[in-house]
Amino acid sequence: MSGNVLYDVPGPRARARNRLYGVIATAALLGLVAFTVYRLNDTGQFQGGLWSVYEYADTQQRIVDGLLTTLKTFAVAAVLSLVLGAVLATARLSDHAPVRWAATTVVEFFRAMPLLIMIFLLYAAVFTSAPMWALVIGLTLYNGSVQAEIFRSGINAIPKGQSEAAYAIGLRKTQVMTTVLVPQGVRTMLPSIISQLVVTLKDTSLGFIILYEELLFVGKAFAQQTPPVNGVYAFIPMVIVFGSIYILLCMALSSVATWAQRRV
Amino acid sequence: MNVLSDNFAMFREGFIGTVELTALSALLALVLGTLVAGFRVSPVPALRVFGTAWVTLLRNTPLVLLFLAVTLGLPALGLKGWDSFWLAVLALGCYTSAFICEAVRSGINAVPVGQAEAARSIGMTFRQTLTQIVLPQASRTAIPPVGSLLIALAKNTAIASGFNVVELGSVQKTLNAAAGYDIYVIFLWIALCYIIITFTISGLFRLLENRLAVAR
Repeated sequence: MSGNVLYDVPGPRARARNRLYGVIATAALLGLVAFTVYRLNDTGQFQGGLWSVYEYADTQQRIVDGLLTTLKTFAVAAVLSLVLGAVLATARLSDHAPVRWAATTVVEFFRAMPLLIMIFLLYAAVFTSAPMWALVIGLTLYNGSVQAEIFRSGINAIPKGQSEAAYAIGLRKTQVMTTVLVPQGVRTMLPSIISQLVVTLKDTSLGFIILYEELLFVGKAFAQQTPPVNGVYAFIPMVIVFGSIYILLCMALSSVATWAQRRV
Repeated sequence: MNVLSDNFAMFREGFIGTVELTALSALLALVLGTLVAGFRVSPVPALRVFGTAWVTLLRNTPLVLLFLAVTLGLPALGLKGWDSFWLAVLALGCYTSAFICEAVRSGINAVPVGQAEAARSIGMTFRQTLTQIVLPQASRTAIPPVGSLLIALAKNTAIASGFNVVELGSVQKTLNAAAGYDIYVIFLWIALCYIIITFTISGLFRLLENRLAVAR
């Protein structure tokens, strides 16, 4: 049901009323934005001294480095989680019950665990000196399990006739999977897979909590290094700058998902 | 020595902290999410734009960043004196509300068109149609996805441990740093606590689903 089923086509009076509500809502929102900007200005967040650090080439280089670290972590975790997802999904679709049970246990366990708790474990127990791998392995285990469920449900959603027909012409199980089911499944799965990749990208920022030098950590380091101007620390400029970078990155990846959805 | 019996008070406090954080931010997320879903289907364009912007922005922000923005930004805006627990509730609630909004909206979309048409034909206004006819029916389809969103919320509360809130994540961090305990054993106890919480949520929602189920 699209939104406009919920209300009649507005007549003259309803139009006037909606306009009034619209004006009130717009005024309230603009008021909120204006208040935010006013308060930020009032508390001295827009002083040049807090922002000038972002003009230096050295700073910009460090932001790029942080961004590349984030993207590198994301890329490794994304590839590994897709591989793990494929393996687990294959195991869950296996004809051998023990394999199926093992894979189900693994998938359910890692999906039920908070990612950060797993990262704390890996960081404290195994990768004390290499936080990147604590982050990457944690992301892989969690997102791999979620991807496995996406793959499995994508394969299961294909009409039964497809695999029956493939078996009927004498294809083996592997052939049925690789030549008939997977090519069809990928089309329907693609939007969900990409949405999960956006989650992976967002979750790389958890590295911040285990002091891994990714984008957000670089931002915090800046804010701590910039000397306070008139007693104001440079944390708000950092949140504004780095927040914009993150949101743009994730929105770019999300729009790929929307595009894929439209194409399918 | 046994991690759990030695530090039972700490575990209990962490467990209660996580439960409270989950419950309060779930409440905030449900209220905000339903409200924003109402905005997104409303006849007022300005509210629709606001709803879309809210969802797009929050869904594309990493939760850690939102935590930073809330814990650093709100004091600058004059909201001083809030302790880190309530700031965490605010961050988690706003973040989850964007996802709840989408779940509710797809629930609204799943209600047969005839329901809203019938409501309009007997002269109901938008608000009456939405609150008395469509939302009660939409809640049935929305319950399973909302359940899994609240489970995700319970898991996300762990992030609050990075922002001075006492909950299970911070317990794990403290015990990991304390010498003498096996880190894997600590993890298993913490994991068990989370599994208790998530199983309770999914059980509650299964109960709710069965209670509200009707033959269509």
